[in-house]
Amino acid sequence: MELLKKYPKLFQWLFLLIVFFALCFAIDVPETYKFIRGQAEFIKDPNQSTYTLFGKEVRYYAFDTLWRLPPLLGWLPIWINDALFFLLNEWMPMEFWNEDTQEFKTRPLVLQITRNITASMTFLIELIREILLGGVETVVAFTSWDWIDKNPWAELPGLPWTIVAASAAILGYKLSGKGLAIFAGLVMIYISVFGQWKPSMQTLSFILVAAPLSFIFGLTLGIMAFKSKRVEKALYPILLVMQTMPQYAVLVPAMVLFGIGDHAAVIITMVVAIPPMILLTLLGLRAVPPEVIEAGKMSGCNNWQLMTKVLIPTARRDILIGVNQVIMVCFSMAVIAAFIGAKGLGWNLLLALNQLNIGLALEAGLCISLIAILLDKMSLAWANKQEDYFGNLTFFQRYKNTLFFAGAVLIGAVLAYIGSFYLKDGYNYLYEVPHNKGISTADFWNKGVDWIWDTFFQTLKIFNTWLIVEVLQPMRALYLRMPAVATLVLVVGAGYIIGGIRSAFTVGALALFIALSPWWDRALVTTYMATFGVIISSTIGFVVGTLCQQNKYTTNFMLAVCDIFQTFPSFVYLIPVMMLFGITDTSVLIAVIIYATIPATRYTIEGLRSVPAGLHDAATMSGVTKLQRLFKIEFPLAFPHMMLGLNQTIVFALFMVIIGAFIGTEDLGQYILKALSDKAGGGKGLVLGICVAFIGLIFDNLIRTWVEKRKKHLGID
Amino acid sequence: MTDAIIKCESVYKIFGANAKKMLQEANGNVDAKKFQENGCIVGVNNASFEVSKGEMLVVMGLSGSGKSTLLRCISRLTDATDGKIYIEGQDLLSLKNKELIELRRNKMGMVFQSFALLPHKTVLENIAFPLQIKGVKTQDSINKAMDMVKLVGLDGRENYFPRELSGGQQQRVGIARSLAVEPDIWFLDEPFSALDPLIRKEMQDEFLRLQAKLQKTIMFITHDFDEALKLADRIAIMKDGIIEQLDTPANIVLNPATEYVKKFTEEVPREKVLIIEDIMDAPTTENLSDLKVSKNEIIENVAEKILTQEKSVGVTDENNKIVGTVQPSKIIHTVFGGRKNND
Repeated sequence: MELLKKYPKLFQWLFLLIVFFALCFAIDVPETYKFIRGQAEFIKDPNQSTYTLFGKEVRYYAFDTLWRLPPLLGWLPIWINDALFFLLNEWMPMEFWNEDTQEFKTRPLVLQITRNITASMTFLIELIREILLGGVETVVAFTSWDWIDKNPWAELPGLPWTIVAASAAILGYKLSGKGLAIFAGLVMIYISVFGQWKPSMQTLSFILVAAPLSFIFGLTLGIMAFKSKRVEKALYPILLVMQTMPQYAVLVPAMVLFGIGDHAAVIITMVVAIPPMILLTLLGLRAVPPEVIEAGKMSGCNNWQLMTKVLIPTARRDILIGVNQVIMVCFSMAVIAAFIGAKGLGWNLLLALNQLNIGLALEAGLCISLIAILLDKMSLAWANKQEDYFGNLTFFQRYKNTLFFAGAVLIGAVLAYIGSFYLKDGYNYLYEVPHNKGISTADFWNKGVDWIWDTFFQTLKIFNTWLIVEVLQPMRALYLRMPAVATLVLVVGAGYIIGGIRSAFTVGALALFIALSPWWDRALVTTYMATFGVIISSTIGFVVGTLCQQNKYTTNFMLAVCDIFQTFPSFVYLIPVMMLFGITDTSVLIAVIIYATIPATRYTIEGLRSVPAGLHDAATMSGVTKLQRLFKIEFPLAFPHMMLGLNQTIVFALFMVIIGAFIGTEDLGQYILKALSDKAGGGKGLVLGICVAFIGLIFDNLIRTWVEKRKKHLGID
Repeated sequence: MTDAIIKCESVYKIFGANAKKMLQEANGNVDAKKFQENGCIVGVNNASFEVSKGEMLVVMGLSGSGKSTLLRCISRLTDATDGKIYIEGQDLLSLKNKELIELRRNKMGMVFQSFALLPHKTVLENIAFPLQIKGVKTQDSINKAMDMVKLVGLDGRENYFPRELSGGQQQRVGIARSLAVEPDIWFLDEPFSALDPLIRKEMQDEFLRLQAKLQKTIMFITHDFDEALKLADRIAIMKDGIIEQLDTPANIVLNPATEYVKKFTEEVPREKVLIIEDIMDAPTTENLSDLKVSKNEIIENVAEKILTQEKSVGVTDENNKIVGTVQPSKIIHTVFGGRKNND
């Protein structure tokens, strides 16, 4: 009884586990249950049960409802599909003027809107792309094809790579100084020399359209949410789901609405990139000290002046960090959007991976990572940049960057012009290095892969087999053995113990949605892969983080490593693991582990670092040893922050598991990938994405609630 | 109408969802505890007072006493829950948003505890900000701001950014900004509380110098009783949203109205606050010493002289007419007597 009073939570947990296992053992596996068949596959089979809702027939293999709930939400994807179809093809037909045929044409409203958006996006992308690479489409958009045939001089020439490289260096210098300038220059030269110029500029033009648009929309929505509680409340759930939604999943409905190509990729990227921008805008505006706002009001600002002259400039840093986030999302989307036809490095990367040409994939991946790191550093430097005392600058000091830029354009143009005379028969290397003329390292890498396979094949294979047979398969079987009812009880119980009735209700509803969808089994597989990754990642991250934190230099080194790794587009992680383990579950899991270890390490270090120095000294003065200090003081205090890291680790792991479907897994991700090539896949893709997002949100809710309580208990912020 | 620039009539500010309704039910009899039980927090409780032209009213209270809330009601940064506030006879609470902005642009200036400078603007731009918001031409606003820079003694630093300045310098910018539009009413919300003691004293002196020159109508908020005594024409002492006492510094020190006020006055060195007039006796013509003192002298400044006399000292007014007497023993009583026992 004493014990019960001392640790009431512990006994609640024990009780919950006992109930859970009792349920697991009490509910038998139905004889007809087989993992693969336990799905609503929408194919006709006399053994299936059916039900009809909203005029839609849903077919499924029925089991004992304690074992697997019937897919009562099976109509949802079909219904979403039909709704999309109806919106696009039948809703609100209206007369629209058609430029080409010079007559009015009847078209559904939504279709017309999406076509207009598509056209303007395509125009924007082409404009930027042709400034960088040259072309005729932009000019044609204002004139006609006939006109351009008659006036070939009007074709946009595109910038020689020397000018782009010099501009990047100047921009780097302006933002941060010599270091960034040199890095920017080297990256651009590397891209050019290694023959990746064209796809790189395509990717860059895609980002130069997607990022500013996301910024504008995100900023506007963020401001609206800041000003009106109602808007914020309406946006909040969307933001929450979008944070844990795998980027794959939004591809499918976007494809239905906007077709495939660069424009669809830009739109989909905006959908993914706007939420973090909104969040950071909101965060930044909220952090403006109330006295500054009052000072603005007392200066007689009206609402518009207050926003543009006081709030936004004061929140500048957070808003620019938002820009940084937007750029990072754009890069990771640049690869993923290649699935719906975005041209550029991502497309090359995907193609190379499909052909198992690791060398080519590595080249493209390296390029995109380098550009991502460069833009990341630039946008961060911009955010952290502060103006200095300027009263005593000379004319040259004030305008030197502009002057340098003008000089670079001039010299680059002259060089390219001279080049066109001297390099007449071959290619004008001073203008652009073509893909097949650049230095290629693909063969070297491919040979390297071959060598690894020849040398380590046995070792790798033994490890691979062992992992799959001894660890992964039993673990998967265990997860699948959980009856739906027992799982729900576990989730709701955990919610209740951690956060009370409210939390229990939220996580229960999220879990119920997945259980009632047709993909419960797949969700279990996703969860199993993510759990496996998370366990290993968080262990590694925890140990590495703790060890590194003992020393200032290793701490900074590790944080820098985390920064760089986080900048890589998630897809790039698949390249080296495929190199080593080929196309197996092991590859996916290793990619998951590497990717998810980043936040685990980072948050461990940050958590330990946030322990106040005063406490450190106080502990040392009371004579604790280093280990005692670590266990009695630092860990307990840093634990809440570390748990937030665990939260991130879970989200990262889920993302990677879903992306891993590209290699071939049996989870939700694979179904999303399938939906991409399915004519009626829009609804399916969306619902699958929501399922993944909900898995993430269940953990998110539990961990956040716990952390908040714990922080309150400890009196931290 | 007298020359009251600011006039408050039973102003209430209560935070909480049902504040209005609860206030109506309370019928002017607000009990902070009862409100708190119902989830409402009383910020200002039945505040009525006037500030006349050129007067400096210092509102003094500890944190949570509602002094800043009172100031924000009068500058209408928050809307008072109930009561009437008049600024130069204009009903503040009935003003439309546009009129309010006009009022702030022309009549009001405010200085903040944490300086509240715009981090992206230079000293000069910060000071010119209210002018530019008002629509003054850029060059004119810069010229005017430059005058302000000189007024607060920051010449040579006008192109610096706030983060490049010390706390004292930043608050000088805050003061200059609040004065740029030449407001009639000047609000200062604990302007010197975030500064080091030495800088604080320097800024107080600077502030008195400015006020002697500008003669603004001032509401000054502080939690420092000594500061209040040093600066104020009148002091309002607040506790839990209620104004406990509103009087001149001397009267507050001599006749604290409540136990709470008394606690503050106990430690105050009276000789630094009181003037001779406050302690003089009725005038007699007999037996006076040769020394005469003005009735407006602060006791501290003349105490030594008076104490060297054996007879009573005559007190004179502006016309050198004797209006009272002070016995040396009275000085001793004022300085040492009537305080808390020190043992």
